[in-house]
Amino acid sequence: MAAPPPAAAATTRTGALTVGLSPYTARTSAFRRAQICRHRLPTLRCRRAQPLTAAASSSPVFHGECFVVGENIDTDQIIPAEHLTLVPSKADEYRKLGSFAFSGLPSAAYPTPFVAPGEESSRYAVIVGGPNFGCGSSREHAPVALGAAGARAVVAESYARIFFRNSVATGEVYPLELAEAGAWKECKTGDIVTVDIGKAVMINHTSGKEYKLKPIGDAGPVVEAGGIFAYARKTGMIASKASA
Amino acid sequence: MAASISAAAKASAAFAHKKELSAAAPAPTQHRAGGSRRAKPCRVRAVASPARAPRAPASTGLGTLKTAMTMTEKILARASDRASLEPGENVWVDVDVLMTHDVCGPGTIGIFKKEFGEDAKVWDREKVVIIPDHYIFTSDERANRNVDILRDLYGAEDQANPDYKGVCHVALAQEGHCRPGEVLLGTDSHTCNAGAFGQFATGIGNTDAGFVLGTGKALLKVPPTIRFVLDGEMPPYLLAKDLILQIIGEISVSGATYKSMEFIGSTVESLNMEERMTLCNMVIEAGGKNGVVPADETTFKYLEGKTSVGYEPVYSDAQARFVSDYCFDVSKLEPVVAKPHSPDNRALARECKDVKIDRVYIGSCTGGKIEDFLAAAKVFFASGKKVKVPTFLVPATQKVWMDVYGLKVPEFGGKTCSQIFEEAGCDTPASPSCGACLGGPRDTYARMNEPMVCVSTTNRNFPGRMGHKDGQIYLASPYTAAASALTGYVTDPRDFLM
Repeated sequence: MAAPPPAAAATTRTGALTVGLSPYTARTSAFRRAQICRHRLPTLRCRRAQPLTAAASSSPVFHGECFVVGENIDTDQIIPAEHLTLVPSKADEYRKLGSFAFSGLPSAAYPTPFVAPGEESSRYAVIVGGPNFGCGSSREHAPVALGAAGARAVVAESYARIFFRNSVATGEVYPLELAEAGAWKECKTGDIVTVDIGKAVMINHTSGKEYKLKPIGDAGPVVEAGGIFAYARKTGMIASKASA
Repeated sequence: MAASISAAAKASAAFAHKKELSAAAPAPTQHRAGGSRRAKPCRVRAVASPARAPRAPASTGLGTLKTAMTMTEKILARASDRASLEPGENVWVDVDVLMTHDVCGPGTIGIFKKEFGEDAKVWDREKVVIIPDHYIFTSDERANRNVDILRDLYGAEDQANPDYKGVCHVALAQEGHCRPGEVLLGTDSHTCNAGAFGQFATGIGNTDAGFVLGTGKALLKVPPTIRFVLDGEMPPYLLAKDLILQIIGEISVSGATYKSMEFIGSTVESLNMEERMTLCNMVIEAGGKNGVVPADETTFKYLEGKTSVGYEPVYSDAQARFVSDYCFDVSKLEPVVAKPHSPDNRALARECKDVKIDRVYIGSCTGGKIEDFLAAAKVFFASGKKVKVPTFLVPATQKVWMDVYGLKVPEFGGKTCSQIFEEAGCDTPASPSCGACLGGPRDTYARMNEPMVCVSTTNRNFPGRMGHKDGQIYLASPYTAAASALTGYVTDPRDFLM
């Protein structure tokens, strides 16, 4: 089991850190389930439901522990093929997918699992990775598993195109890119990070370093809306379901 | 296989240069007015294409500037009703064919119904192709349920389907759903396989596919093209699998990310359709968005009798800009493998001769077509000996399976591949499906449930790909796989073929 995170009550750049066991509210999308607070992680659990910025903003901020993986992490490591019988559009199978997120990572290289044994979701809100993250299959189950497990953003050096596209289309995770090559190597699993999408920066509080991100551009609002269909309805590209 | 190579050579020799087709005004019925571009001579290195010199409007004879485009750009331009477009642009294209299978179909259908309504109709039922293939021969209940979901969509009866085809990408080709100049999207990364037909074919996820099901359109970013010029006579010990492994080893698993890969040259022209498919199949392993081979007589002949839908091939303009050119003298290449655990971990097969192996797997969309089995049988026939390790054979489709059992091969003295395999002590050819290429449910035939070393004609060897996380997979051509089965070590097929 990983050691509990340091109880440093650091303030973030966007406001005071919320300490405590506040409950979460589920996102409006039917694919999100209500997150249940983990009492073992009192302080620095990422609040998945809402951004830390106060006013209505289209640039969310995420805060919490990061999980670091290497380069060329392929979809089989993100979600092994034997779990592809789970259909993401069914709510209970969606959750089960989350429980298998990153279960394909070799244990020797990754002794700390992304999802702890017996759990259905992950304590890590941000995933940090090297180049060509998500290479391999076109399976949408990959970003879905990460999102179902509770991750909100992947911060990688670069992406394979189908994974990037699927992340945006499903709205499951923000696929953010580090501006500088090699920056991912300076982070360790368990580091406390803040990812500010609007300011395009990731701060590693544990190491004290800041990393520029490439602006997410047009993909940002799509993920924020909850995926391509939600975005298309929100912007009037397609009729809303109520009027259809 | 000897028969088909000489036919292709004849076709290639008879092939005349023709003027390129105009992308802006396709002639409706012509489908044979094809032309091939002879590659400009280039060094055997990657070089950047020279900047295009500005053309005065008067020189085009049209009164407006006409942008030179690559094949991929032309296909997307036509599909989005644009006179021209450039790499980097996002365009809405009309989709000609959407394919899905049992792993992604249920999710896609779920999204389609949720977003467009329970009673919504797909945009064009003639353009939707559903081919279950991944988890078929398993007792896994969810896998069986997923196949049933597909049946419900197309209204099949509740019994084993005698019309079952097999692996989607090979079935797509065999059933005539791949046509030059079209846009084919599929919920599988190896959809790029169909680029062998001179079409734009790429993999998408469930959500994108759900959108296409309802609207018939997709928003695509136009990729720039890397050109691969393969020249020289194909040595008798090399297959297309060696060529693509060579290329991926050269540019890495992210070398073609967001790019198109265009394969031309005399060697490519000499390849039959199945070998061209093998080439395009693994474009995704280099991160490529799509792969293309210009359509020619070989393509048209293959399509005869398979499709009644008219098609219109397109070809790269002579002045089209490419990101870079890679030139290979194929006559100088040697059999290669991709060592664990990455498709770009290239090594010469002969340099791996001390690697002891536990099994050999011949199958999948990449290496389970009839040409692949003919190639493997050729090595076994030349040797006359028995395999030293369990050798699993999984034909990609019913048709391949039937040919393995039914095709009498003159080269083998009239024997069928199945007879050769039996005499060599291989496992009995299994029912067609994706099989163990991607592991799958625990009871999948030939799945690696313990750590072992496998030489495989499949497409990926990342950790855990065929089942066990500590399994070691050497990707190889059918020649190399068969040779390795005979010795129990990774083996260069020249040991048996020369």
